[in-house]
Amino acid sequence: MNESVLRDLVPAVIGILVRRGVDFAAAEDAVQDALVEAVRVWPGEPPRDPRGWLVTVAWRKFLDAVRADVSRRRREERVEGEPEPGPAVVSDDTLALYFLCAHPSLTPASAVALTLRAVGGLTTRQIAQAYLVPEATMAQRISRAKRTVSGVRLDRAGDVGTVLRVLYLVFNEGYSGDVDLAAEAIRLTRQLAAGVREPEVGGLLALMLLHHARRAARIGPDGRLVPLAEQDRRRWDTALIAEGVVVLQAALSRDRLGEFQAQAAIAALHADARSTGETDWVQIVEWYDEVVRLTGSPVAELNRAVAVGEADGPRAGLAALARLDAGLPRYAAVAAYLHERDGDLVAAARLYAEAARVASNLLEREHLTRQAARLHAR
Amino acid sequence: MVELPNLREYEMAKYLLLKHYRGAPAPVNDVPMARWTQEEITAHVRYMQDFAAKLEGTGEFVDGQALSPEGTWVRSDGEGRPPVTDGPFAETKDLIAGWMVIDVESYERAVELAGELSAAPGAGGEPIHEWLEVRPFLSEAPTVTE
Repeated sequence: MNESVLRDLVPAVIGILVRRGVDFAAAEDAVQDALVEAVRVWPGEPPRDPRGWLVTVAWRKFLDAVRADVSRRRREERVEGEPEPGPAVVSDDTLALYFLCAHPSLTPASAVALTLRAVGGLTTRQIAQAYLVPEATMAQRISRAKRTVSGVRLDRAGDVGTVLRVLYLVFNEGYSGDVDLAAEAIRLTRQLAAGVREPEVGGLLALMLLHHARRAARIGPDGRLVPLAEQDRRRWDTALIAEGVVVLQAALSRDRLGEFQAQAAIAALHADARSTGETDWVQIVEWYDEVVRLTGSPVAELNRAVAVGEADGPRAGLAALARLDAGLPRYAAVAAYLHERDGDLVAAARLYAEAARVASNLLEREHLTRQAARLHAR
Repeated sequence: MVELPNLREYEMAKYLLLKHYRGAPAPVNDVPMARWTQEEITAHVRYMQDFAAKLEGTGEFVDGQALSPEGTWVRSDGEGRPPVTDGPFAETKDLIAGWMVIDVESYERAVELAGELSAAPGAGGEPIHEWLEVRPFLSEAPTVTE
């Protein structure tokens, strides 16, 4: 059994313990302990019923912890004795955990960390490595998050929008260390989509699949960023694209548009084209109009200006850009690109250098520096 | 319809809080540490330790280090030859004393924490109010860019 199959079981097992009266924080700790034991024991003796095994062991771990902790004696009296059988339907428990871990009282960073541990079943060390912080810091972030939601009841559905926001943040972190957060976000979103009929869940899953499909083509063999226009489209994962399109169509057919569906529609139009020249930029502009209408996001306006530049020419793109705040992230990069398309190479070179100076990540800075250098060398 | 916040405006980010021996504007309480009393030095050190411990507790601490003021300049002198060393140069304008790396929800939070660190007690037990430099780390490239 591979690790992600094991981790699929985590939220259901936590849910069962909570139903037996264990508080969330203690249940989560017990299941982590059970996971450690599973990783040790299962390769030699795989259980016939993995979930039942985890429930039994997690329950034992919980009782051990209660016995070890004198201050918890009162709770012990309440839960000692034969456990109730687990509920027949566990998917509600799993959903409740998603909502709890994305509770609005949590900061985004805390919600992300708690979701990865309690829903994703990752260890604190893995989460710390993925976010490049010390394990002690991540442990504190998680235990604070648990305290914050300790009074929240686990049986109430929350706002699925907060859950989607957390999953999107995990996905967008990409991957560093030995945990692929993008793949993890897709796994968790798939699991959520299996239990929630909200079309934006499908929208987010489609968005993730369509972007993930392009991942191999986004970074060149020398580690440099390859922009969409220059990507080798034969390296796009057609199976992921096909799945993303099916998920998106099912979501759109519900006729309740949201930001993620609109963004996924844009990604699907890119995925559908054999080159940027054959891309349906007019439709992409229309979808960006929807994203702007739904979110009012200035970043979406910036992306829209690029699409307008492709659909109606660089002058139109520059006109759309002129209405936006020049302080936006990536504004200079977009301006540089549109000026180059318009033939003003001097302005483009200056703007690429400016964009490189204000870039917030290393890959983009290197890419923009190369653009400036390319124009200077002419 | 689901209400969604503007996702891309949130970015948990790491910042370097940089402390200078030289090169920063003069602090408000401008008495060099060598002229403090033992108790003042103890209070200062404890403040720094408590600050780091507090940030670990809030899940925002990444790293903290102090540097020796004495350093050496090194450059390559070509293949097959040992590197050339020089210095230290007493006249170098800027001199880094140490740093703290934090992982926080916003730029505003980074500034708030730098302000708190700058208020570490110095001579007379009064806050030093020294100038710290706050520099964002370049992050990993996001997955979704277009």
